[in-house]
Amino acid sequence: MTTQRKAVALISGGLDSLLAAKIIKDQGIHVEGINFYTGFCVEGHTHAIRKKDKQKQKRNNALWSAEQLGIKLHIIDISEEYKDVVLNPKHGYGAHMNPCLDCKIFMVNQAQAWAWAEENGFDFIITGEVIGQRPKSQRKETMPIIARESGADDRLLRPLCAKNLPETLPEREGWVDREKLFDFHGRNRKPQMALAEELGFTDYAQPAGGCCFLVDENYSRKLVDLWDARNKRDYELDDIMLLKVGRHIRPNKNYKLIVSREEGENNFLEGYRKQFIHLRTVDTPGPLTLIDGKPTEEELELAARIVARYSKGRTEESVTVQIEKLDGTSEVISVAPMPANEIPNEWLV
Amino acid sequence: MSEHEISTRNLLCPMPVIRTQDKIKTLVANDILTVTATDPGTLNDIPTWCRINGHEVLNQEQDGRDIIFIIKVGND
Repeated sequence: MTTQRKAVALISGGLDSLLAAKIIKDQGIHVEGINFYTGFCVEGHTHAIRKKDKQKQKRNNALWSAEQLGIKLHIIDISEEYKDVVLNPKHGYGAHMNPCLDCKIFMVNQAQAWAWAEENGFDFIITGEVIGQRPKSQRKETMPIIARESGADDRLLRPLCAKNLPETLPEREGWVDREKLFDFHGRNRKPQMALAEELGFTDYAQPAGGCCFLVDENYSRKLVDLWDARNKRDYELDDIMLLKVGRHIRPNKNYKLIVSREEGENNFLEGYRKQFIHLRTVDTPGPLTLIDGKPTEEELELAARIVARYSKGRTEESVTVQIEKLDGTSEVISVAPMPANEIPNEWLV
Repeated sequence: MSEHEISTRNLLCPMPVIRTQDKIKTLVANDILTVTATDPGTLNDIPTWCRINGHEVLNQEQDGRDIIFIIKVGND
């Protein structure tokens, strides 16, 4: 009787990892998926906070991929351990604050090191990487680095470009037929799209700009601003969640405003209000605003003027704003809304 | 069979799914878990996660901002 071989597939929710898992599953391997949550993952749900995006698809693409494949998916929260990847990437950053190569090494390593993977007799790891597809992490010269530094070595199989790489253990041992693997390379997506059609996938995620907020210029700028303001390169999960929401306005290094842009963001920020000084307009509709930092009394009045500017009373002479502090006390002040042209561009993070 | 409850209010997906997954790891077949969430993404994600992992959503309903799932733990 032959041994049923088992593989762990890194499932991002994109087309490549879907195809990679399918190719191996179709060779009779038992495949289960892993998806890692770093805190920086771009999901439809984050966008779904905003009312204007309510019509956008809200599915989690990794879960959707697993269901299409008929495999289990284990979603692992690695947000705490992932900090070291973001803060100290051995191989540096990409165009923004994206540590793509260190990230891939870390994730493969996580898959390899994940205690139950070995306990449950998993034999190898699959990823949807394609040589030359990503400028930082998916180059021919970086593929061996990922295999070596992750500790996976030749138990790491990339079915979509395996024929361009040395044989791995699953191929040598005959668990997987190398002839049925592929030699994709470069940024051209047509081979993957053709394979998807051949395998019967007509609906799949079309990632635009990757699956990580760290490749986004605006997001990366806000993260660097956070570190600069605190004189410390560090973050908590709440910090990086809040960078995804609202207008961030920093009048001074010691504080910034997070101003909701509409009802959906208001609802989201409501969940954080007990952790922050927060402001809201009293007798005119306006945004819930969190204050991150320690402003002086004068600075709080300035913040109230900014909040008034983004309220429906922006053209009034005076708007009433309630300020609720961390000690539970609150005060109500009347302020003149700050004219839009008096908010310097350099305050807008 | 025993009944359990977790709140994932104010967490964004996939955290409510992760909390549900991690809680279910500590339970046994036929236990009942009630999960409360506020992220509309859970309306899709928690039932999908349950389907692919062999658990059954017995009921889901909305109460204001709260989305409440009642899940029966599967055998696997």
